[in-house]
Amino acid sequence: MFDVFKCVKLLKKYVSIHPSFSCKGRKKAIDMESEIRDIIEPLKNKRGALISILQQVQNRYGYLSQEAISTLADELKLSEHEIYGVATFYTQFKFIKPGVHQAKVCLGTACHVRGGHEVMETVERQLAIKHGEKTKDSQFSLERVACMGCCALAPVMVVDKDIYGKTTSTKVEGILNQYREKREGKQ
Amino acid sequence: MNFDDRRSKALKKWEDLKEKNGIIIYIGSASCGRAAGSDAVTAVINKYLTENNLKADIIEVGCIGLCCFEPMIYIQKDGNPPICYANLNPKIIPALFEDILQKGDVRKDLALGVIDKKGYGSIPSIYERPMLKPQVRIVLRNCGIIDPTDIDHYLARNGYLGINKALQMKPEEVIKEVKKSGIRGRGGAGFPTGMKWEFCRNVKSEPKYLVCNADEGDPGAFMNRSLLEGDPHAVLEGMLIAAYAIGAPHSYIYIREEYPLAIERLKKAILQMQEYNILGEKILDSDFSFDIEIKKGAGAFVCGEETALLASLMGKRGMPMPRPPFPATSGVWGKPTVINNVETLGTIATIIREGWKWYSGYGSETAKGTKTFSLVGKIKRTGLIEVPLGTKIRDIVYEIGGGVLNDKKFKAVQTGGPSGGCIPASKMDLGVDYETLTSAGAIMGSGGLIVMDEETCMVDIAHYFLTFTQEESCGKCTPCRIGTRRMLEILEKIKSGKGEERDIELLEDLASTVKNASLCGLGQTAPNPVITTLRYFIDEYEEHIKNKRCPALVCKDLITFNIDAEKCIGCGICKKNCPAEAISGETKKAHVIDLNKCIKCGICYQICPVEGKAVYKTSGGSS
Repeated sequence: MFDVFKCVKLLKKYVSIHPSFSCKGRKKAIDMESEIRDIIEPLKNKRGALISILQQVQNRYGYLSQEAISTLADELKLSEHEIYGVATFYTQFKFIKPGVHQAKVCLGTACHVRGGHEVMETVERQLAIKHGEKTKDSQFSLERVACMGCCALAPVMVVDKDIYGKTTSTKVEGILNQYREKREGKQ
Repeated sequence: MNFDDRRSKALKKWEDLKEKNGIIIYIGSASCGRAAGSDAVTAVINKYLTENNLKADIIEVGCIGLCCFEPMIYIQKDGNPPICYANLNPKIIPALFEDILQKGDVRKDLALGVIDKKGYGSIPSIYERPMLKPQVRIVLRNCGIIDPTDIDHYLARNGYLGINKALQMKPEEVIKEVKKSGIRGRGGAGFPTGMKWEFCRNVKSEPKYLVCNADEGDPGAFMNRSLLEGDPHAVLEGMLIAAYAIGAPHSYIYIREEYPLAIERLKKAILQMQEYNILGEKILDSDFSFDIEIKKGAGAFVCGEETALLASLMGKRGMPMPRPPFPATSGVWGKPTVINNVETLGTIATIIREGWKWYSGYGSETAKGTKTFSLVGKIKRTGLIEVPLGTKIRDIVYEIGGGVLNDKKFKAVQTGGPSGGCIPASKMDLGVDYETLTSAGAIMGSGGLIVMDEETCMVDIAHYFLTFTQEESCGKCTPCRIGTRRMLEILEKIKSGKGEERDIELLEDLASTVKNASLCGLGQTAPNPVITTLRYFIDEYEEHIKNKRCPALVCKDLITFNIDAEKCIGCGICKKNCPAEAISGETKKAHVIDLNKCIKCGICYQICPVEGKAVYKTSGGSS
């Protein structure tokens, strides 16, 4: 027998989980769609603008979410595969939401010979994550970068937009604490 | 206003600035200066000036290349030449300013030199300093001298005279001039620039495109960033001349997104050019029209390779393509395209302005002109330098760089990034130019020069570069995708002490396969670091394999950390900082490291306050 009540119950459950079915979620999705449309508009008729568009979308949201990519696919008349194909080629593009603070350790040649890998290991130990990961509390994500172009100050580490030259394993904790304190200060 | 009026106005402005009655503070604030703390210094200066009710103009200049002296400022007082003060920190600013501005003491003890050909009073010219004296600054002539955000400063330093002159010549004559000058591509491959232009010009297909390759991906190289941040107009003027010569109405600058300041400076410079009618329709009232679009790369090393760059420019995956067709016949959107490196373009304007004869007066027999290098690694004076091609490595390391850091033994210098090789100390008297470096197994590359000392392990360096190229390999062709992977695995084995004797032979075999069979420059040059280290440092490989010992004490699996009981003062600092709690010992008594707990992070070694270090490393039974 077709159980109407069971059906409604299931539907309600689905509505409550899926963000685009909740009022707030739907509004968010609509906002994103219109924002993405605004980003695309000036570049729509330019050839080869896909990477620039992806960069701007990532600038706006911090990463390329699945929803963003599917909106882009609709708007640009491309398949999601094509967009993922391009985006995954480049290290700049992220597909999961980054942490509040983004720590990067430079492992360019100059940094390597001056002990950049030791700095990286210390940061990994301090945050208890490996590079390419995010801390459990989503406060920090950690990346390695190939070269920041500040080789004369090697080894270099970057948190958000602040560059720290001549870092050593022993300075790492102090640097990270500045951002931890900022967070606690806010709370 | 026409060009001559703009120029005389700019000259007047520059002269007024140099003769100004009052205080002008120039702050070196390229990315490197900022990383060294120039922002904090600027903040303290501003605070000091407001508190003391002093008026001063603050001008942000680019990087003069003396990176090891950052943060630095130059102070110009009452029309006297600016004096440079280096290695500043926010704490000493108030006292320094008090002495200079209020008491009239130039603080000779802290002054690095005068930013002028001549000295001032008892302070010598900065160009007399050992780091700058052997240099010939053609590309970098304005870096650290002018305000890069002010087109008038560039104009006053003979800027845009090159394009003005070129527009009065036929495009063919411009190409001829560049060919005669002997300049070759500064991106690394060294293809004669004039010839590249000529090929493209002769292709009958319109429109043509010019691309400026600013995707400086070599780790350890930052010449292009410094030039774009310190003197963007020089590169843009070079682009104008190149475009005029090949007949290209459109151009792109493909730049790394990791260089936000350079992008900002370029955007600003482009706006100023449009305002001055140096860009857009009918440039300087000629028939030549030209536009520039900035494209940001998205972080892929292979995109420095020209066919991969073109794919990325067109919004695709940055995969290289087999050549021919060369970009000169089929490039952006299938049209003839010239791709030139930032530094090549940065030199062009000077060549046209001063003539090919003058330019080819510098350099060696086969390579004319100058080349910029980023001198980094284990060296006393790090920085951005420019020397005539053919200058000996010894002169660069010892005269300009001041020798190896902490007076350790010089082992090798690495050129050309992941595509280059390591040149051993025994070859120090080689001159840096394309052919010489290639014959030594390395390449000129874009200009990274990384100095290595006795504490650098060459197996580790080969492993480091292979890790890089292996990660950046785009995966299109099998030799590069799989070959670099297998090579890396062998190096990992050797590094961890599990190497076997046949591994060296296998490495050599793989290296030659990858080199000969790969599709693009990335794969063809990826084995170079391995080949050169095998060629010059085979004994280090053998030590790792036969004796399970890392002579440079770098490879973690082969070293142990110990404490010298006689030297240890029992201060407990290492114990407190050890993340593995592997160190034990009572205060004022010698401490011991528990080797089972030790994770070899090296913090104890770094932090030990005892002179000559009580913590020491050993490998394979001897230190």
